[in-house]
Amino acid sequence: MALTESRPLALPSGEPTEVEFHPIGVFERPKSKRGWRSWLTTVDHKKIGIMYGAAALFFLLIAGSEALLIRAQLWSPRGTLLSADAYNQVYTMHGTTAVFLVVMPLGAAFANYLMPLQIGARDVAFPRINAFSFWCFLVGGIFLNTSWFLGGGADGGWFMYAPNNGVLYSPSHGIDFWNLGLIMTGIGSLTGAINLIVTVLNMRAPGMTLMKMPVFTWMTLVTQFLLLFAIPVLTTAQFLLLFDRLFDANFFNVAQGANPLLWQHLFWIFGHPEVYLMILPAFGLVSEMLPVFSRKPIFGYPFIVFSGVAIGFMGWGVWAHHMFVSGIGPISVTTFSLTTMFIAVPTGVKILNWTATMWGGKLRFTSPMLFSIGLILMFTLGGLSGVSHSIAPADTQQTDTYYIVAHFHYVLFGGAFFGFMGALYFYWPKVFGYMLDERIGKANFWLLLAGFNLTFAPMHVLGLQGMSRRVYTYDAGFGFEIWNKVATIGAFTIATSVLLFIVNIFLSRKRAKDLPPPGADPWDARTIEWMVPSPTPEWNFDPIPTIERVDDFWYRKYGEDENGNLVRVAETDEVVQHSDGKGVHLPSPSYWPLVTALGLPIIGYGLLYTWWLCLIGGLVVVAGLYGWAMEPPDDPDAAHGDEHGPDDETLEGAELPTREPAAVAAAVEEQEAETVG
Amino acid sequence: MAETVTHHRELLAERDAHAPVAHPDHATNTGISNTKLAMWLFLASECLLFGGLITTYLLYKHPLPGSGPGPHDVFDIPFTSASSFVLLMSSLTMVLAVSAIERGDHHRLRVWLVGTALLGATFIAGQVYEFTVFYNEGLGYTTSRFSSAFYTLTGFHGVHVTVGIIMLVSLVLLSLRGRLPEHRSETVEIVGLYWHFVDVVWILIFAVVYLIP
Repeated sequence: MALTESRPLALPSGEPTEVEFHPIGVFERPKSKRGWRSWLTTVDHKKIGIMYGAAALFFLLIAGSEALLIRAQLWSPRGTLLSADAYNQVYTMHGTTAVFLVVMPLGAAFANYLMPLQIGARDVAFPRINAFSFWCFLVGGIFLNTSWFLGGGADGGWFMYAPNNGVLYSPSHGIDFWNLGLIMTGIGSLTGAINLIVTVLNMRAPGMTLMKMPVFTWMTLVTQFLLLFAIPVLTTAQFLLLFDRLFDANFFNVAQGANPLLWQHLFWIFGHPEVYLMILPAFGLVSEMLPVFSRKPIFGYPFIVFSGVAIGFMGWGVWAHHMFVSGIGPISVTTFSLTTMFIAVPTGVKILNWTATMWGGKLRFTSPMLFSIGLILMFTLGGLSGVSHSIAPADTQQTDTYYIVAHFHYVLFGGAFFGFMGALYFYWPKVFGYMLDERIGKANFWLLLAGFNLTFAPMHVLGLQGMSRRVYTYDAGFGFEIWNKVATIGAFTIATSVLLFIVNIFLSRKRAKDLPPPGADPWDARTIEWMVPSPTPEWNFDPIPTIERVDDFWYRKYGEDENGNLVRVAETDEVVQHSDGKGVHLPSPSYWPLVTALGLPIIGYGLLYTWWLCLIGGLVVVAGLYGWAMEPPDDPDAAHGDEHGPDDETLEGAELPTREPAAVAAAVEEQEAETVG
Repeated sequence: MAETVTHHRELLAERDAHAPVAHPDHATNTGISNTKLAMWLFLASECLLFGGLITTYLLYKHPLPGSGPGPHDVFDIPFTSASSFVLLMSSLTMVLAVSAIERGDHHRLRVWLVGTALLGATFIAGQVYEFTVFYNEGLGYTTSRFSSAFYTLTGFHGVHVTVGIIMLVSLVLLSLRGRLPEHRSETVEIVGLYWHFVDVVWILIFAVVYLIP
């Protein structure tokens, strides 16, 4: 049988099939891009970024309240605000919420909003999967926090060491909520990571080679690779624990010869890269802000990129430095002590680069700049106490005391959070079309800086004096009282400054009605996301810019004269885009990512309470996926006779039949019957 | 100076207008399509998932004395070798399916896809049979640290094979409805990537769990 000629069973292929699509009822795609419903169905990376940010700020209030409860409890010796049990839950949920529901989603917010803009892409590679990632994160976070109303939160510490995480020591459902909630956010992180990596690698504007990408995009790429490889390890550990708790497996059952160190290894193989994936986005953001407010390019662009990549790689080789006192043996301790000291090198390179960027620059001390400088200072302090932890004998004394609480708050609060705060001030006009008030912003910064140092600097002292962390109270007479009082005052100062930020949002918004709009480029910035109008139009760029060098937007505005001095070659208004986006077609919104994600917590409750809920949740997920796959196609090409794709160019000379819009639509429908993403 | 500046600006505008990226899917920076790259990344992360499970198994492969049967009390290596062979053969039929659609032979495509799914299903049936035998010999999920680790590792792999079978059946249905033309042969290829990955992982698991004493 000649395969290629007679194909009796073969269906028509190659040439478009004339299949009419009659969407019915729920299968119709939602079209509205305004109103509250549009937020539930959006697939626009910018809206999803905003939702990540809003959710993170909401969880920040929860994590912050938990922190204030901790500090209020420790105000005086033998405090009675919280019972020992309640204290365990509060500090566990504070850590979990801060790490998984505040800092990580803040990174995701900026990655989602900015990264496609910085590389000149219309959207991420899989817009619907992007929405799904967000909803997974949100339902996971809410699921986790519903444990407060259903018998109490998790109480094993955010690191959840075995065997304290077993049913024997923690009989309530708190830890099950922790497991299931974080598996849900993990699904979101993993799909998000795949999506963003594909976007960076595949969808850059013409001319934008990897070494011309903005630093933030680079750090996003490294971060997402860390997520890609770290999340499955945590998920493995959580499944093992879940099976132990729900189905009586023996992974952490010491009576059956289980080894509790297995949990520590799995957890920290995830947990240490996690630390870097929290801090790297902030490093990227600072690398965007400092050059703008120093009016100099970033010093040593390749160094700052490669040190980020090096941190990403080396982050995998240091996990056991969390385990120096767990009895892993002298050879392991020595090895991990050395690797931990080495990882200070690329971090130091970054600090040097930022300092050199500011050196001799025309500095403008705006709020974003202040927060950036705050990050450099606070992170350096945290890095120094980090080096003292890499020295194993010192660590043996410091670990499990407030010294280490001080260390990681300097790194993650003073590092990551300061960076995100600065970036919020920096990118606010781009996202919402109005500037945040600078005076309140500066007050916000100084209050945060003061509160932060009041809270965490004394903890170094407390730790060296020997005050244990994770213990709900302390006795009088050890010299702990005064520093605990200072720290508590500091914590409430931080809370005031966060409230000031929220006030700033609403006040500035009200005031902005009387002010001229900030325009596309309020800071005289360098990277191409500032080329589009503020707030960013839905289509991002029209046309997509071609990139010639790092900081392409800057060099469209500025050139050099014969003496190498900076001269303006074009007014900002001439180089920013003024487009109405006609002819740009974007994917339509969709219900299905939300529906699919909503099935997950139903399965979660089913596993904990009653099996038939699992069945319902499973059906919701399957229905969601089915709806997703069967959704009427929606292709940007369908509506406009697009004639500038590479395919059309090759066909140009040939005699082409006029393409009827209907035929084009049908062809596209057939081609893209299942739009991906 | 002013002239060159204006000229420069015009060049920039022209350059942007002719950027061939109005539809990013038509040409990607790497030359690999978005979906294929996504599958490669997903499989990379799966390595870490199975890495964690295999490590756990290696740590727990010997039960405490007196806590139920150990690995070589229950394993029937000839039987599992046969079902492993069946699974490995399914990689061959998968390759033939991909090759069929690239030649435009939709009939053969469906034959080989169904064949692959059947081979996968045979493997799963073998696993179910094996688990039943082990259970009857006194190796329950909660019996010992070895039993928990064994069932979890092989069970996770079994779930992956099952998901693969569902994807293969979906491909057959798509093809029957005429929604899988040659120019979308990559969809088959991507499912193939997943399928080969699951097979390769099984080679590792088979070696580590059954063959290494």
